[in-house]
Amino acid sequence: MSQAITKEFSVIGKSVPKIDAREKVTGRAKYTGDLKVPGMLIGKILRSPHAHARILNIDTSKAKQLQGVEAVITGKDVPSTFYGISPARYDETILAIEKVLQVGDKVAAVAAVDEETAVKALNLIEVEYEVLPAVLDPLRAMDEEQPQIHPQYERNISVEIHQNFGDVEKALRESHVVRTDYFHGNRATHVPMEPHAAISKWENGKLTIWSSTQSPHYFQYHIARVFGLKMGDVRVIKTFVGGGFGGKLEPSAAEYVGAALAMKTGRPVRIVFDRKEVFFHNRGRHAQHIELTTGVSKEGKILGVHGKYIIDGGSYTSLGIASAYYAGAMLPLIYEFDHFKFDCFRVHTNLPSCAAQRGHGVPQPRFAFESQLDMIAKDLGMDPIAIRKVNARRPNTTTLNDLKVNSCEFTACLDKAKEISGWATKKGKLPTGQGIGIGCGGFLTGAGYPIYRTRLPHASAVIKVSEQGDTVTLYIGAVDIGQGSDTILAQMAAEAIGINYEDVRIMSADTETTPHDFGAYASRQTLMSGHAVKEAGDEIRRQILELAAEMLEANVADIDIDRRVVFVKGSPDKMLAFENVANEFFIRKGPLVGKGSYTPPKLGGKFKGAAVGTSPAYSFAAQISQVEVDEETGQVMVTDVWDVHDCGTVINPSLLHAQVEGALFMGMGEAMYEQVVFDDKGKPLNANLAEYRVPTALDVPHVTSELVDSYEPAGPWGVKEVGEGATLPTMGCYANAIYDAIGVRMYDLPLTPEKVWKAIQGRKKATRG
Amino acid sequence: MVTVMKKGKLHVVNVTVNGREHAALVKANATLLDLLREELDYTGTKKGCELGDCGACTVLMDGKSVNSCLVLAVEADGRSITTIEGLEKDGKLDRLQEEFINHTAVQCGYCTPGMILSGKALLARNPHPTERDVREAIGGNICRCTGYVRIVKAILAAAEANG
Repeated sequence: MSQAITKEFSVIGKSVPKIDAREKVTGRAKYTGDLKVPGMLIGKILRSPHAHARILNIDTSKAKQLQGVEAVITGKDVPSTFYGISPARYDETILAIEKVLQVGDKVAAVAAVDEETAVKALNLIEVEYEVLPAVLDPLRAMDEEQPQIHPQYERNISVEIHQNFGDVEKALRESHVVRTDYFHGNRATHVPMEPHAAISKWENGKLTIWSSTQSPHYFQYHIARVFGLKMGDVRVIKTFVGGGFGGKLEPSAAEYVGAALAMKTGRPVRIVFDRKEVFFHNRGRHAQHIELTTGVSKEGKILGVHGKYIIDGGSYTSLGIASAYYAGAMLPLIYEFDHFKFDCFRVHTNLPSCAAQRGHGVPQPRFAFESQLDMIAKDLGMDPIAIRKVNARRPNTTTLNDLKVNSCEFTACLDKAKEISGWATKKGKLPTGQGIGIGCGGFLTGAGYPIYRTRLPHASAVIKVSEQGDTVTLYIGAVDIGQGSDTILAQMAAEAIGINYEDVRIMSADTETTPHDFGAYASRQTLMSGHAVKEAGDEIRRQILELAAEMLEANVADIDIDRRVVFVKGSPDKMLAFENVANEFFIRKGPLVGKGSYTPPKLGGKFKGAAVGTSPAYSFAAQISQVEVDEETGQVMVTDVWDVHDCGTVINPSLLHAQVEGALFMGMGEAMYEQVVFDDKGKPLNANLAEYRVPTALDVPHVTSELVDSYEPAGPWGVKEVGEGATLPTMGCYANAIYDAIGVRMYDLPLTPEKVWKAIQGRKKATRG
Repeated sequence: MVTVMKKGKLHVVNVTVNGREHAALVKANATLLDLLREELDYTGTKKGCELGDCGACTVLMDGKSVNSCLVLAVEADGRSITTIEGLEKDGKLDRLQEEFINHTAVQCGYCTPGMILSGKALLARNPHPTERDVREAIGGNICRCTGYVRIVKAILAAAEANG
């Protein structure tokens, strides 16, 4: 059934070592903060101690007098153009102009000869604030008596969504079981191990920025816009990036303030955030408060769903419009139903801004849905896997919100997860305190539309063969942030041309030397950048075949290339080495170059917000976990997780499973420990890695990652998503396993020992009373 | 043992890094991490939190793993430091480095130097660790990409090479 199985590949489908692994294990890989540019200054940002305050006066005179200080800037010294990454809501500025909107907001900045001087200078800046009442509770943010944070957003409403598909009221009336439950998500954050960093250089009217970025293109676009420069006069170069997870998709103060300081001083300026600043910048998970109503038939068929959300956007919009739409758009993906209502308010609070984090807006709704589906199954006396199979999406179907699904092996995922976890012998049969649970998810393979309106292709590639034909260089805008896109795209280039992986060099993610690509987000690069690479590789191959036909005096159709051997099919003696043909090509015709690009087909429906959630392809996943709960302490230990993913053809199995493991572990952190907490003045209490607890090597359960056979027609060689999908099922999966273990239903993330213990006490009280 | 000499506000530090002797003038509050990265250009030692929470700055001091952000540069005087740059010998990778590559234990790579050095310290004191030993040894090194699955396998594989 699948081409992936019948066709033998030479390079793809193999676990080749990462193209950059040697540089990384030897410490030679240079991240932005490792670079030193001659004449470089160190930039530092003065940040607000208040969650909401008016700036009355800033006195920089003492700071300016300090020896070694080259520039001190405030909002008056920099462009006041509003920026953001969602064009409908540009509401942030390089430095605060009138008000600060969160603790850690950007007030002033200095550039100095070294870090110590820069910090001393910050301490010499005197700021007079009028402290304003702050909005700290998202559930009260829309109340009349609350202060308004942005003048343009009445009642602090950032985004308001009302979508209605079919007739939900009728569907609920006709349902056999209807449940309404309330779920609360947490403010989790990405925690890339490398803090945000940029070096900005301003020379001859041209701005060059080395950056820890997920998207040189969006950085170039927004920085050019804010500083009034031509895009061609802004060059963004990605260095090695120490993790992103969605937090480095838009420029931060490291770029904006750094560029302003570089322009002011005429010298390169390096800004590296400290860990606290990473928490201030945030752009992490929105805490979502979800009222979910679902109605099902006697047989467990989902008839109608109504989700009412209030989500905490924090201070600025950032990418929050998309986050809000995603929270609803992806609910109808993995189960088939026809009636759906989605009401959502994204509200502003005086807390750090929320935006895209791995799984963008989707994990918490999946937590709610997967939890509630288990409760419904219990009401009906059904097995949780059985109710999922009744509703599981089938291939070649369209969701109620017009998302077109091609390949879908979700049912196979459920069956395999059930089998490998030993579900049948465990569910409801484990000793008290032990439990097993299931959660599922599905995710897009690249957004169908870019973040701002443009007709540029989504990805493009150029491949150049060296004059001697010994090596090949792939020039591509795709962004490797650790996930391994450089490696798999090099594999794809080698496969398309007919050479070896080791022959391929890669230059990626530099707006000047590599062709356009939107970057690393929405799990897009394997499919989208992969298409561009395949097209470019095919063009090289075609040119080689044509010349080889001449050289071998054979028909083009009879010639093939495999692992650098160009040969006439069926005549093994008639062959040439790839390098000889490529070298001859250069001698006769000049550079041997191939190029490719990819634009997704027109996707989606016509309603407001229809673009969000569209994608050429979707992945599906089922996850089962086993837990042990200590009823005395509320401590939950996850002992095993089985993940089965439907991700199309696999380019590099090791890298693929590594993505699943990493995503799953990130989901586990969010499910069990992670939450940024604030005091009653809006100051974060755990903006560090001791108290914001991410999983360590001692916390991680035994993980089994498996796949099902799958081929996606919209992807090159049949590929689709893997990087984000495995974060989606985890939270619901754990909540359901905890219920199986101790009969306690958890509605609030994260599932901390304290909450589990309290829930256990509540249950005991209820049974006694 | 070299004596720390005061010269104005600066202190002389004589430190051996990867077998090479260096003399540096540092402030009393300078960390070993800053000395390595900013003065001696061993940027393979990473800065992740500056509070000793993440382990990205792990180096070996006289063979024992330390968070170099929590060690003052003056404390390194007379000591021998091994950074990630010191593991490759004559173009040949250390077994741990090889196994990290073979097991796809590297994603973004930012935790990798510290992770490998924690593994190195472990194998020096315990050539045949259990999985639990490995997990404890890297318990102070945070990795946000991998879920540790392949890192643990890589260290165990390197241990197996010990015979």
